[in-house]
Amino acid sequence: MALRPPLPRPPPLPYLVGVGLTPFGRHDGSSAIGLMAQAAQAALDDAGMERGQIDGLLCGYATTLPHLMLSTLFVERFALQPAYAHSVQLGGATGAALLMLAGDLVRAGRCRRVLVVAGENRLSGQARDSAIQTLAQVGDADMEVPNGASVPAYYALLAARYLHETGTTEADLAELAVLMRRHAQAHPGAQLRSPLSVADVLASKPIATPLKLADCCPISDGAAALVVAADPSGGPGPRVLLRGAGQAHRHQHLSALQSVLACGAAEAAQRALAEAGVAPAQIGHLALYDSFTITLAMLLEELGFAPRGGSAALARAGHFGPQGALPLNLHGGLLSYGHCGVAGGMAHAVEAVLQLGGRAGVRQGRAATHALVHADGGVMSSHVSLVLTREA
Amino acid sequence: MDSTTSAFTQGLAAGVLRYQRCQACGQALTGQRWACTACGSARLAWCDAAGSGTVWAVSQVHRAPTDAWRALAPYTLVLVDLDEGPRVMAHGGPGLAIGARVLAQPVLLAGQALMRFDLAQPPMPGPASSGATSPPLGATPPRAPGTTLP
Repeated sequence: MALRPPLPRPPPLPYLVGVGLTPFGRHDGSSAIGLMAQAAQAALDDAGMERGQIDGLLCGYATTLPHLMLSTLFVERFALQPAYAHSVQLGGATGAALLMLAGDLVRAGRCRRVLVVAGENRLSGQARDSAIQTLAQVGDADMEVPNGASVPAYYALLAARYLHETGTTEADLAELAVLMRRHAQAHPGAQLRSPLSVADVLASKPIATPLKLADCCPISDGAAALVVAADPSGGPGPRVLLRGAGQAHRHQHLSALQSVLACGAAEAAQRALAEAGVAPAQIGHLALYDSFTITLAMLLEELGFAPRGGSAALARAGHFGPQGALPLNLHGGLLSYGHCGVAGGMAHAVEAVLQLGGRAGVRQGRAATHALVHADGGVMSSHVSLVLTREA
Repeated sequence: MDSTTSAFTQGLAAGVLRYQRCQACGQALTGQRWACTACGSARLAWCDAAGSGTVWAVSQVHRAPTDAWRALAPYTLVLVDLDEGPRVMAHGGPGLAIGARVLAQPVLLAGQALMRFDLAQPPMPGPASSGATSPPLGATPPRAPGTTLP
């Protein structure tokens, strides 16, 4: 009788077993490493894990701490001994890219328990002009930045074109800022919680037409962390699987964006959905990057969760609310929870994990099985999509 | 201006708007490339643009990033599709809207040699008009399009 070769073991699957998120806002006296440590400890506690169990560390970057080896620095300060560590830089898409990589490290068997962490004192650690000038460098250093351009100006040009092509109005964009503020009001960690109306948004001071101050996310201090592990046991609540991921990179600079109707977001999402084997109609929860109201409108519409020019109407109808058909950014998003860089984009994933797991407390939205997380870096330049799935 | 200054920036300093064109397939390129986006060839050359184009996007910037720019705010930024094909970011004169026909002229703003696009003068009526636009008074005469620089 011939011996059969042993059946190959199925590859390990990556589960999101712990999350940590600090309040966002002004934390005077905070440091990048200190904020990262706070979120990392919260994620370990949530996962019921000791730091010695972490065998992989992935971190982002901090504009207030431009260190060559941020991951190793954090390893030393946070007393880790991982077998694998480095940082990743992909602008606002970094957090989602870190989670995608952590998932791949687990699937490949390279790591069993990966800590993903980012944070910085972006608001209190530098002058506002300094932050704005650093961020402006996502533009072309020769062809764009010398014009006195900035990230809000790039997005304003993008918005001007998008409004022109789709018939979206400034009041439509304002509706999305109002939606994020309404959601933030249920989260004690959110930076901006005062009531906001469409009229308030339209009357807020001009930044770069058509964008006003309330169309733009604030600059924040804060941090976020998640633990991605091959073994889901021990984590709180139902298992949440990182089921699929995808990326797309078509350009860096706004000048090189060919069409505002196809910036690469849909391509990344299609890859993630295909890997997950999940149809767009099965997605029941959304966690979408919202650095500006235009960002959110473009993503909702390119990803197919709203018709072109139709995001605001759906928002007004309650479609994206906690009990709506497709709850969106129930923590308040970058627009109201706040934006401290890499961790700002990770807060969406933290909220999606809590929502899928039914662990969001007073913010808990309608039950969903599949969530889509999407982040963009630069000026809709780099795109990362994740499909998260709650297992029964 | 040292040897690392880009051909584009050198062009601005000379009052000329430049873009790259593929010497293999003829494609005009946006941005600064090492390879052609159409055919992949690395044989690219910088050319001088005529300076005429169409506004793709326009924004009036109120919140400037630096003190030097704050002194000039609000100012208008535009993305213009040049008639040669590439899209460029620049300053804009008053009264610009998406779709407007514009012409570039060199300007010095906040200590930077830049380009500003203004509304192209409507073509002169009469049988000689072929829809072509003439450069605004005082503009640097454009170099012959397609001029290849070393």
